[in-house]
Amino acid sequence: MGALTLSQVTKSFGKTDVIKGVDLHVAEGEFCVFVGPSGCGKSTLLRMIAGLEDVSSGSVTLDGRDITDEAPAKREIAMVFQTYALYPHLTVRDNMSLALKQAGEPKAAIDKATARAAAMLALDPYLDRRPSELSGGQRQRVAIGRAIVRTPKLFLFDEPLSNLDAALRVQTRIEIARLHRDLGATMIYVTHDQVEAMTLADKIVVLRAGIVEQVGSPMELYNNPANTFVAGFIGSPQMNFLKSAALGERGESTGIRPEHLTLSRETGTIPGTVSHVEKLGGETLVYVRAEPHGLLTVRLFGEHDYAVDEPVHMTPDASRAFHFDAAGLRLR
Amino acid sequence: MSKTRSHAGRSIAAHAILITYTLIALFPVFVIVINSFKSRRAIFAEPLMPPMPGNWDLVGYTTVLEQGDFFQYFLNSMTVTVASLFFVLLFGAMAAFALSEYRFRGNLLMGLYLALGIMIPIRLGTVAILELMVSAGLVNTLTALILVYTAQGLPLAVFILSEFMRSVSDDLKNAGRIDGLSEYRIFFTLVLPLVRPAMATVAVFTMIPIWNDLWFPLILAPSEETKTITLGSQVFIGQFVTNWNAVLAALSLAIVPVLVLYLIFSRQLIRGITAGAVK
Ligand SMILES: Nc1ncnc2c1ncn2[C@@H]1O[C@H](COP(=O)(O)OP(=O)(O)O)[C@@H](O)[C@H]1O
Ligand SMILES: [Mg+2]
Repeated sequence: MGALTLSQVTKSFGKTDVIKGVDLHVAEGEFCVFVGPSGCGKSTLLRMIAGLEDVSSGSVTLDGRDITDEAPAKREIAMVFQTYALYPHLTVRDNMSLALKQAGEPKAAIDKATARAAAMLALDPYLDRRPSELSGGQRQRVAIGRAIVRTPKLFLFDEPLSNLDAALRVQTRIEIARLHRDLGATMIYVTHDQVEAMTLADKIVVLRAGIVEQVGSPMELYNNPANTFVAGFIGSPQMNFLKSAALGERGESTGIRPEHLTLSRETGTIPGTVSHVEKLGGETLVYVRAEPHGLLTVRLFGEHDYAVDEPVHMTPDASRAFHFDAAGLRLR
Repeated sequence: MSKTRSHAGRSIAAHAILITYTLIALFPVFVIVINSFKSRRAIFAEPLMPPMPGNWDLVGYTTVLEQGDFFQYFLNSMTVTVASLFFVLLFGAMAAFALSEYRFRGNLLMGLYLALGIMIPIRLGTVAILELMVSAGLVNTLTALILVYTAQGLPLAVFILSEFMRSVSDDLKNAGRIDGLSEYRIFFTLVLPLVRPAMATVAVFTMIPIWNDLWFPLILAPSEETKTITLGSQVFIGQFVTNWNAVLAALSLAIVPVLVLYLIFSRQLIRGITAGAVK
């Protein structure tokens, strides 16, 4: 239940091509995350899967059934929106049960499904309230509950956490991961935040300007990026790109993650001066200016005392270095 | 402390300005209403004197209520205004929804075409409208007036409402679509309640010119059965003699229904603003 296939899907708004031929398979029960910078077409792709946006060419198949021209309500999907999109005139209970009512389900079944979803999300005390009487986190839980009640083949999430504050975001993220385990349903989740992508996904799809740059599990993308875009997007803080020529390495640029650089006051292969230090307690981020490479980030475990303008030396872990050609493609 | 004091100071200044404006705006209305209760001589001798035992005279009201069928005129005005308002809001909102929600060829052009009426006064087409109504057999019917006023009110309604409808969250409409609501349900139950303040604004702007209009009732429906209140009051304004008591009384009476409608809409306006939509 819930295997999705996109073949050569494209979308144009007038003359602008927003999605430029996407092929993708999401297996049953998989948690798939679309990630990419703002404006790369993640939401558009998701809305095409939902049927809210026409497909310019190509096809969408769910469980072997071609749903390319099917109405949204007939696709057996549910969607959770960034802005919650709760019906302001209905109570929490009615918000959650509306889709089943529209589908003409018997009342007993609707009540049962609503009660089950409310219990899963601890929404029981709020069932008779209106959305305006709930906090942001509660509203988003109702929106998720509304999706669960329908027992869809496919869940779609469009940046569901970006309107929540940091603490609530982590909490709701965990809740979504738990829901995925409990329901075993197929989920597609859109975000521009690579931390959300890494922590939730079975499979990450990295998008740039309407093109799929790479598909893979979080660790595949981390350990084996296909190009500089994916290498720079996955991992936080961002990967450092050094000039290969200055290091005597292959290719145009050499990518080394901040956690794969060591820092020393005495010896090292790359000299530089400390430009800024960020102490986070558990880790320390040291920004080092090293010509001709520019500003490099070094991530150290624990607390370290480096002073600004202090001369230092960095040593990369050669086994974790990536080499890229002038076009940004990975050299293997 | 000083902050609260300056706040109070600003609030007093704002209120002073608003109260002054209110007094100026209400002054003519006030003069009309007080003089409608006075004798003819008292109106001219002391126009600003409030009605009191010495100058008290209800002759204006008795003339108005005896001469002609004033109750019928009221009913006509009410029917025309309410029906036109209903159609302007209904069709205006539906057109605005279509323009703001759906992408189709010629969308922008259609929007401009519908807004054209804001700049071109409908009275320029009076002759053509009259010919149209004559051939349709609608002269001296309230239907003729309702049709013309609906056409007159639509451009502004479409223009204002489509701007507001663009601001209604796409996510909300899409959630409705995924839950299987029809486009009509989405329009009536999700979008309309959220643009209620704009609807009230449009209602007020549409209502007043219709209620006050003399032109089209005079041309399209001057018969005794279809006269509106503004046309009905004209009998008291003669070329040589004007029955001021009756004119003032008729005007005072004409204020009441429009005031009631206004109160209804302005309450909607305020409720719409304070209730706030769920973001
Ligand atoms: N209805 C539309 N008309 C025209 N362009 C659109 C429309 N919707 C989205 N776009 C364009 O498509 C691109 C992708 O948008 P979107 O899918 O919302 O990006 P993301 O969700 O990745 O931030 C953007 O450049 C946006 O301007
Ligand atoms: Mg988006």
